[in-house]
Amino acid sequence: MSTTAAAVSTPAPASRPLWRRLIGFNLLTAVLLGIGGYYLGWFIGHQIKGSSFHNQVPSSENDVALLLAYFFGVIGFLIGLGFANYPVSRMLGRPASLREKEQEGWGRYFGLCTDHKVVGIQYLIGIGVFFFIGGLNAMLIRAELLHNTPTFVGPGQYISLVGMHGTMMMGMMTSGILGPFANYFVPIMIGARRMAFPRIEALTFWLLMAAGFILTSTIFFGGFPTGWTGYEPLNDQAVMGMDSYICFFALVGISMCLLGLNMMATIITMRAPGLTWSRLPIFVWSVFATSVLMVLAAPMLVATLLMAALDRTINTSFFITGGGGSSYLFENLFWFFGHPEVYILALPGFGIVLELLPVFTRKPLWGYRLAVSGMLGVSLMSFFVWQHHLFVSGINADLRPFYMLSTEIISIPTGFIFMCVMGTLWKARTSFTVPMLFCLGWTFNFLIGGLSGVFLSDTPSDTTTHGSFFVMAHFHYTIMGGLIFTFFAAIYYWIPKMTGLRFNERLAKLHFWLMFVAFNSTFLPLFVLGMKGQPRRVSEYAPNLHGLNVWVSISAFVLGFSMLIFLANAVYSLIFVRLKAEQNPWRSKSIEWQVPTPVPVNNFEQIPVFDSDPYEYGVPLTVGPGQTAPAGA
Amino acid sequence: MSSNPATSPAELAGEPNHARRFGLTWLIATVIATPLVIVLLGPILPPGKATEQAAGQVTDNTVLLGMATPVLLLVVIYLVYASIFFRQPKGGVLEGPAVRGDARIQTTWIVVTSLLVLSLAGYGTVRLLADNGAGSGSGPTPLTVPAGPKLPVQVIAQQWAFTYRYPTYGGVETPHLVLPVGKMIELHVTSLDVIHSFWAYQLGVKADANPQIDNIAFVKPTKVQSFEVRCAELCGLWHGEMFDHGRVVTEAEFETWIHEQQTRFAAATKSLPPYSTTYQPEPTRRGG
Repeated sequence: MSTTAAAVSTPAPASRPLWRRLIGFNLLTAVLLGIGGYYLGWFIGHQIKGSSFHNQVPSSENDVALLLAYFFGVIGFLIGLGFANYPVSRMLGRPASLREKEQEGWGRYFGLCTDHKVVGIQYLIGIGVFFFIGGLNAMLIRAELLHNTPTFVGPGQYISLVGMHGTMMMGMMTSGILGPFANYFVPIMIGARRMAFPRIEALTFWLLMAAGFILTSTIFFGGFPTGWTGYEPLNDQAVMGMDSYICFFALVGISMCLLGLNMMATIITMRAPGLTWSRLPIFVWSVFATSVLMVLAAPMLVATLLMAALDRTINTSFFITGGGGSSYLFENLFWFFGHPEVYILALPGFGIVLELLPVFTRKPLWGYRLAVSGMLGVSLMSFFVWQHHLFVSGINADLRPFYMLSTEIISIPTGFIFMCVMGTLWKARTSFTVPMLFCLGWTFNFLIGGLSGVFLSDTPSDTTTHGSFFVMAHFHYTIMGGLIFTFFAAIYYWIPKMTGLRFNERLAKLHFWLMFVAFNSTFLPLFVLGMKGQPRRVSEYAPNLHGLNVWVSISAFVLGFSMLIFLANAVYSLIFVRLKAEQNPWRSKSIEWQVPTPVPVNNFEQIPVFDSDPYEYGVPLTVGPGQTAPAGA
Repeated sequence: MSSNPATSPAELAGEPNHARRFGLTWLIATVIATPLVIVLLGPILPPGKATEQAAGQVTDNTVLLGMATPVLLLVVIYLVYASIFFRQPKGGVLEGPAVRGDARIQTTWIVVTSLLVLSLAGYGTVRLLADNGAGSGSGPTPLTVPAGPKLPVQVIAQQWAFTYRYPTYGGVETPHLVLPVGKMIELHVTSLDVIHSFWAYQLGVKADANPQIDNIAFVKPTKVQSFEVRCAELCGLWHGEMFDHGRVVTEAEFETWIHEQQTRFAAATKSLPPYSTTYQPEPTRRGG
């Protein structure tokens, strides 16, 4: 298998001296060009707004300068990575550089690489870093809430922290599963050698990294006061840190849209012979359903933020009532993206759970068609429910019965997923491995999340719970309990494939149990706090809620500590001890476990031919593996 | 998807009837737990019974909780049951039955969940309309308007305080909200700058305050008591400080209080703009 790699590889770039390797299109150049672009934009912005406008604007209030600085910074960063090389050399009629197709060495992981497996690992590490930054923000928030009056952060810093936490998680984690795992495994699962658009695939990752950096930089510009929703006209009123938010989410939106397009193109056009739609692994289906949402919803976000940026810089008034705009318009546009967004976060989790259950229960997936229709149903319905976020806003109040109905209806396809989980568990031979535990954890968490959602979808009940900790607990159950639990399930399940190494199982089980117990101990009381009237995003609360808040904070710290156990386990097992994993430790019949580890650069010597779905478990046993294994596997 | 019943070797070897055992466990748990939840948790559910609308919400919450309990029990008991009885023996490599679905169970599930969901949506709609918006902000032209006389009170939100205007009392504006008991109140919520949300927890009222929008909510207090008012939509730096206490008083007390306010704020009232449902916001750019 590894012969393919050696045969095609370019004349060993690794033999060049280090100083020579640092010159060229790489991460160092990218950072330098990014900084250069940033100051270029900053300069142009001051030329525009500082002198040609009649009012002299102090540099701490020059939104034009900051937005241009971010814009040129990102362009410089991408050029430095080498994203312009291919189109430019093709335009000039020269042969394209093959640097991005480099097949060996660690250098690949620090630059533009078109190998989908490298991009998958890049995503996993990159998103992981920002996930931990977002998690640290949460720890700070809970530390502040240990007392019912401000202690160590002021009100402005507090809402900035809340905004940073929410925006980081909602933005970066949209690709939490699609980024690392879909990029890595979808091509293998569908029997393809690569993604449909490998350069775009790499672009989505580096755009996301630029975005994460920009959001973090908001602390230098005063933070932003709006939370992750960025409501107008507060958005327009806010200081320059708001521009970081706008820029961040716009880049995330572009990255999401491209990622979705790439996934859809790959899944539609590059399936191997025999892999019909009804044999597609359920994880691939969930990626497909998510991609549809990404492609349709993300452009709305980018357009909305562009309008917000224009309002802030050149005084248009899309959202400013005094100038004929409307704050309702922003709410509508934002949630038209925002509700599909929460399903973009949740759907890949469904896929992971349903993909892993058959492996660990030794049964075929129960109700395959139902699971597929459930995911597609959720994905379609999620465009018809957005105004349930605005039940008390007075917007289209006559339509509230409709939005109540559509929101309740979306729980029918979600229920399909639960039925498939329960059906698969029936009379199963379940092994309680770590990934399986995380899947069962998902089932419980998402159930609580779903049932609490019923309260919120009901306008009379929502009147009290809207904007309170109840909502906060609800979406943490669906997103943290839904997405993050399956994110870890996927890590524990697929790391042996991605690295050839495995985690220490005892530490992994400790991680699960601590995380599961601390998670529920953190967020269950929040339902009570919300019902008792504690609002979101406020560091001051009634003294009678103090005891419960202390409980929640301590649980949250334990939850944070469980993440450290995971980190310690990763460092210990994967870096120091390097525990070797078996070729197929879970005895999975899915095709990614039939190819060698590490996966060869082109995945397959020969494109495999499928004759069934990957869930051929159970008695009566089929003879041999479910699908034709690739030659040489 | 085959609809053949599973016939695994284990079942032939005389395993217990899992379906019946699980079904009975769930049924018994539901029959015991659901009334308990309704009786024990029902009375303490938010937001209390100080107004007709709040009481309606309590009823609503109780019904939802009563419907959620069997579902919660179904899945949780199932997970526990499956984890206990459907295990792989340690180190075993046994396979489960190769069942890929069951048309009858699937159809039943779809029908039952659909009915449940549709009835919930229907019930929510009835409650929403019957309680005249159930205390929620219902826009400038609410779908249902309660019959009979109403006391209009305007809630004006701005960064970072609420003020209240009584148009039927000469448009006097006061910094605290006082309401008479037993009267239908028509709250007109609006904002002078960014989006706020008027949340009177004990009254069961929440209505967003949007610039240049008149967001109407109806509420009928039934108890004399004080209540909390706070902003429920992030509105900037001092959002957390935007809270206050209001009072529900007897009608006579209210009349005395409002006349006191009229004389006290007479000079200020004169300089206020004439009463209107919304006001032109001040320029908001970089105000705070």
